[in-house]
Amino acid sequence: MWDSIVAFITHPVTVAVIAAALLMGLMLVQAIIFVWLERKVAGRIQDRLGPTRVGGKFGWLQTLADGIKLLCKEDFIPAAADQFLFRLAAYLVIIGSFLPFLAMPFGLGVVALDMNIAAFYILAVLSTEVFGVILAGYGSGSKWALFGAMREAAQMVSYEVPRALCVIIPIVATGTMSLTLIVQQQEGFFWNWLIFLNPFTFLAFWVLFVSVTASCKRAPFDLAEAESELVAGFHTEFSGFRWLLLFMGEYGSMFITSALCVVLFLGGWHTGVLPHDPTHYLGPILGNIVNVVVFLVKGWLLVFVMMWVRWTLPRLRIDQVMMTCLKYLIPISAFLLLGTCLYPLLWNTLAPGRLQWREGPGIPAAPPPSVGVKLTQLTPPAELTASVK
Amino acid sequence: MDLAEFFFWTVASLTCLSALMVAAAQNIVRAAVWLLFTLAGVSGLYFLLGADFLGAVQLIVYVGGVLILVIFGVMLTAQGPFTSIKTPAGEWAFSLVVGFLLFSLLLACILSTSFETLRPTKVVDDPARARSATDLGLVLLGVDDAKVAGPSKLTMVPQRKRESMSYLFPFEIVSVHLVVVLIGAAYLARAKRRRKEQA
Repeated sequence: MWDSIVAFITHPVTVAVIAAALLMGLMLVQAIIFVWLERKVAGRIQDRLGPTRVGGKFGWLQTLADGIKLLCKEDFIPAAADQFLFRLAAYLVIIGSFLPFLAMPFGLGVVALDMNIAAFYILAVLSTEVFGVILAGYGSGSKWALFGAMREAAQMVSYEVPRALCVIIPIVATGTMSLTLIVQQQEGFFWNWLIFLNPFTFLAFWVLFVSVTASCKRAPFDLAEAESELVAGFHTEFSGFRWLLLFMGEYGSMFITSALCVVLFLGGWHTGVLPHDPTHYLGPILGNIVNVVVFLVKGWLLVFVMMWVRWTLPRLRIDQVMMTCLKYLIPISAFLLLGTCLYPLLWNTLAPGRLQWREGPGIPAAPPPSVGVKLTQLTPPAELTASVK
Repeated sequence: MDLAEFFFWTVASLTCLSALMVAAAQNIVRAAVWLLFTLAGVSGLYFLLGADFLGAVQLIVYVGGVLILVIFGVMLTAQGPFTSIKTPAGEWAFSLVVGFLLFSLLLACILSTSFETLRPTKVVDDPARARSATDLGLVLLGVDDAKVAGPSKLTMVPQRKRESMSYLFPFEIVSVHLVVVLIGAAYLARAKRRRKEQA
């Protein structure tokens, strides 16, 4: 009987359901924290306190009150709206926001789907969110919503290009698209992080951060929520729980793109002050708890920076937004990609034989055992290793 | 019926249903949305077959690129007689006949093929490695497992012997072709200068 219980728990379907439930729980609980954090940050930057009444001195339960309010609101759909598309839009946004969580490594082996092409997969599914925005604007049956959606879609699609170019830079630098392996190559002290690898990757981090801020429709690129111009852009007609779905999608996207920046440039789950991974010292379970906590803290720190920037900088006009992307970010990220590709050549020419100048661990010999579904095994084939001296 | 088969039947039937609705939808924007589900379903089928890279490419290219273009075009031009497509019954009958003929042709081809003899020459012994994109990258560089000269000392990438062809050069040619197409499209869609008034 014990065997059948163990067999049930380790069955792939059960593991998948538990992983999906954990990720969904993370995404939704985070949204609660972020709403509260946003209001507090907004308050502090504007020299006031923010929520202080609900749930104690710091207003911890403010988001709960917000959620209850939104649940109790009347769910109406405008008469001119296309019913099917209006309902579908919110779901598409949240699907596009949740799918990248599946491939994101939170710790060593703490990943739902350990894909060989994780970085590419995340770029692919983040590009499906645009569709939800377009349908939200069109399906609302209102011209303000349609204008806002068109602008938003143009912005999101345009900023995918510098985002993809900047994601390619760490892929070129590490030689793999698997996010677990990219993080493992940044093991050790913080100077092993890819942001400090060469000046091109340093700039690439900032360009990536700007691009993901823009593609998450956050300020200063938030024309969709430009109250003074468009009422509320593509989510004008969304109220109550539908609006909450759209905003959970936005906060989920903010976190997952911040997590992507952390994984690619800031060392993922590594603390940066230990010479080895914490699982080396504490074993797989305790070490991974440390890893997950460090990863979440880093991701939340970048989300905090996004919120900070929102309440600091004025909003850009749509032509300024497109100009930033097309005339500045794309040439800059193309130049950085070229620089990263040529940098080892330059280094090897000027100082031949001294290419591996940092003593961090290189590409690991075998991938870590996954907690979730094991889909890849990256050891080279037998005939290759046999011919190595 | 095991898990893989169950997922295949679910995804395939959703894809086919969405494809039928693309043809049957009367609102053209809704037809584009059904097309979204069809293409996403095809991507799901690629993931089920273990071709992760191809599934992700399908999502980026079709769902994230082509469909956005289609829906922009459809939304901005769906004025007047094009908002609602009502197909007359005669056209329905004719198209059903043609579709059924094509379907029976494809079915006959599939059923008369023996898939055992078409097994790929390079069988991956380790099924866990089947989902990696490493092989795709190596083939792009022209490295074949059987024609390997041993890895170089600097990088661990196996070096290629002369006999095997790399797909890198045709890839570059196609990329240049796409750049030419992009430039041509941008030129054709440029804002035309206003002509000066004739004196």
